[in-house]
Amino acid sequence: MAILLTKENRVIVQGITGRDGSFHTKLMLDYGTNVVGGVTPGKGGQEVHGVPVFNTVKEAVKETGADTSIIFVPAKFAADAMMEAIDAGIKLVVTITEGIPVNDVMKARLFAEERGARIIGPNCPGLITPGQAKVGIMPGHIFKEGGIGVVSRSGTLTYEIVSHLTANGLGQSTAIGIGGDPIIGTKFIDALRLFKDDPQTEAVVLIGEIGGTDEQDAADYIAKEFNKPVVAFIAGRTAPKEKRMGHAGAIIMGSEGTYEEKRKKFESVGVPVADLPEEVPRLLKELLKR
Amino acid sequence: MKLLEWASKEVFRKFGIPTQTGKLARTVEEAKEILKGMKYPVVIKAQVPVGGRGKAGGVKLAKDYDEAVKKAEEILNLTIKGIKVKKILITEAVDIAKEYYVSVTLDRRTSKAVFITSKEGGVDIEEIARTKPEAIVKKHITEPLKPYEARELAFQVFEDNKLALKAAGIYQKLSEVYFVTDAQLAEINPLVVTPANDLVAVDAKIILDDNALFRHPDLLQYKDMDYVNPEEEEAKEAGLSFVKLDGDIGCMVNGAGLAMATMDVIKYWGGEPANFLDVGGSSNPEKVKKAMDIILRDPNVKVVFINIFGGITRCDDIAAGLIEAFKTMDVRVPVVVRLTGTNEEIGRKMLAESGLPLKTAGTMSEGARMAVELARG
Repeated sequence: MAILLTKENRVIVQGITGRDGSFHTKLMLDYGTNVVGGVTPGKGGQEVHGVPVFNTVKEAVKETGADTSIIFVPAKFAADAMMEAIDAGIKLVVTITEGIPVNDVMKARLFAEERGARIIGPNCPGLITPGQAKVGIMPGHIFKEGGIGVVSRSGTLTYEIVSHLTANGLGQSTAIGIGGDPIIGTKFIDALRLFKDDPQTEAVVLIGEIGGTDEQDAADYIAKEFNKPVVAFIAGRTAPKEKRMGHAGAIIMGSEGTYEEKRKKFESVGVPVADLPEEVPRLLKELLKR
Repeated sequence: MKLLEWASKEVFRKFGIPTQTGKLARTVEEAKEILKGMKYPVVIKAQVPVGGRGKAGGVKLAKDYDEAVKKAEEILNLTIKGIKVKKILITEAVDIAKEYYVSVTLDRRTSKAVFITSKEGGVDIEEIARTKPEAIVKKHITEPLKPYEARELAFQVFEDNKLALKAAGIYQKLSEVYFVTDAQLAEINPLVVTPANDLVAVDAKIILDDNALFRHPDLLQYKDMDYVNPEEEEAKEAGLSFVKLDGDIGCMVNGAGLAMATMDVIKYWGGEPANFLDVGGSSNPEKVKKAMDIILRDPNVKVVFINIFGGITRCDDIAAGLIEAFKTMDVRVPVVVRLTGTNEEIGRKMLAESGLPLKTAGTMSEGARMAVELARG
C-alpha cells in the first residue's frame, strides 16, 4: 500500500531542463518512477531523457494526466511554481528547492489548503516508496521495501538512519522528507495520520530536530490516536540558542524548540528517543516484539 | 538578519510609526558632539544584538551634559552577554505614563503570522505569557491588518477611546512592516503612552527573513558589520553554513541534520565540537578547502572529523575532491574521515593510499570516537 506514492503516480518535473532537475529526472526514471513530463517555461517541445517538456503545468497535465509534481525551480520563483501546479490540478507537490522566503511558502500553503492539494517540503529530499517509485533526490539503493514508515526534517541524516534500518533487515513502507524550513506543507502529524491508515506500515521512525513545535504536536497526537510503535531521533542536542543550524527552521527562539523539551515530550508519551542513529533499529525491534 | 534598535526605528519611521529620533555614536568623542545639541534629559542605549541590555546596565538616563558623557563612556565600555558594546543610541527621554506591548511574529505551529499585543509592556513577552497570560491578545494573520481588525484588537487593550484609535493606526502599520519587509519579527516593546496621551515606540526590534533579502536591496544598508562573526560571514559567502562553538573537534559534514547529529554524537562520546559546518551536497574541492581553512583558523581545534554520507555522489569522487583540497593545504592536526555511500571501498582506499594524514572510519560513531580520542591526545 504505502502512503502518497506508488508506481501509479504520474509525475512531472518542474525545472526539468536545469542541472538538478535533469540529473534527478534520470535517477527517478532509473528507479522506476512514472515520470510523464517536465515543465520549463519557454522550453516547451524539447525532450529531457525522453521525457516531453511543456511550457506550462496546465499543458503538461492536459497532455499527460499528471497528478504529482516535483519542483527544482530556483527559490525566487518556486512559490509561483507550486501555485501553478496546484492551480493546474496537481494534488501532490514535492518542493526540493531550498531558500524560499517564508511569506511565499505561507501563501503557497494557504493556496494548497483552499484547493485540497498537498505540499511536501520545501527544502526537503522528497519521498520514496521503496520498490515502487521515488519523487526526490535520495539515493534509492539504500532503501528496501518493508514495514517501517520514515518521516524526517532532514536529508542526509535520514539516509544515515535508513541505511541502519536496511542493514538490520527493517525495510521501509514510505520515507518522507518533510523539509527543514519554518513553514512546510506536510508536518510530522500529517504524515503520522497517513501512516496510521496504511496497512503496510507497522511502525514509524520520526527524525526531528531543534526548532519549532512540530515534534511536540506529533507526541500529543501519538498519545491520543496513533496505535503503532514510534521511535524518534532528534538532532541538535548540542546546538546553541538563537543560532540557525543550516536549516532555516533549525533554530531555538526564546525557550521554544529545545532538544530537551522535545525529548521529554516524546518520552512522556512512551516514544523512545535514540541517542545515536545506530540505536534506532534496536529500539524499533524491541517495540515490535511487544 | 537582525536589525538593531536604531535601524528598526528608522524602518518604523518610514512606515509612519512614531519613535523618538536619535543619533548613533561609536566613541565618546562622537557622543560629546551629539550631546551638545540635545535637550535634556536624554537616554543612552547600548546597541547590541542581544536582549537583556537594560538589566546589564546598557540603558541609562542622564539629566545633563556632564552626566550624559559619563554614562556614554560607561556603556561604551560594557560587555553584555559576552558582546562588547560597539555603539550607543542617544535619544531624548520620553515621559512614561504607561507601557504596552505589540509585535508581529511567525507562528510556526499554525504556519501563519501572529499579531500579539498586551497592556503589560516593558517586560519580555514570554514573561507576560507565564505570569499574566490573560493580559495577552492575539490574532493570526496572513496579510497586513485591515483597519477594522486593528481597531478590534486595540479596543481590547486600550481603555481610552482616543488612545485606542491611535494605537489601531500603529497596529496596522506594524503589520505592514512585517509583511512588506518580509520580517520574521517586528516588535515594539514598550509602546509608551506619554502624559500628553501620545504613543511612542520607545524600543524596536526587527528580524528579517534572510531568504527574502533579494527583494529588499534598500534594507541591506542596515546589515550590521560590527557584531558579525567574520568566519560565519565568510562561510556564508562561500555557500557553507558555519556556526562557531567552544570545543576542540572541528566538524565538516554534508547536510544540516547530519551535521547537527555529528556534533551530538561527538558529545555523546565525551568530546566537544568546535563548530557546526554544513558543506552542502557536493564534493567540490573549493568548498572543502574553504571549509578546512575556516575550521583550522580556530586555535582550539585539535582534530577534524569529516563526516560525509555520499548518497548519490560517488565516494570515489568525494575522495578525489578531498585529496585535491588537502594536497594544497598545510594541515597540522589529525583528520578523521568517514565516507559512506556508492563505491565507498574505492574511496577509502584512495584516501589511505594518498599519503595524506587522513584516518578513515567505517561509521559515524566510530569516526566520532576516533576524533574524541585524538583530541584527548
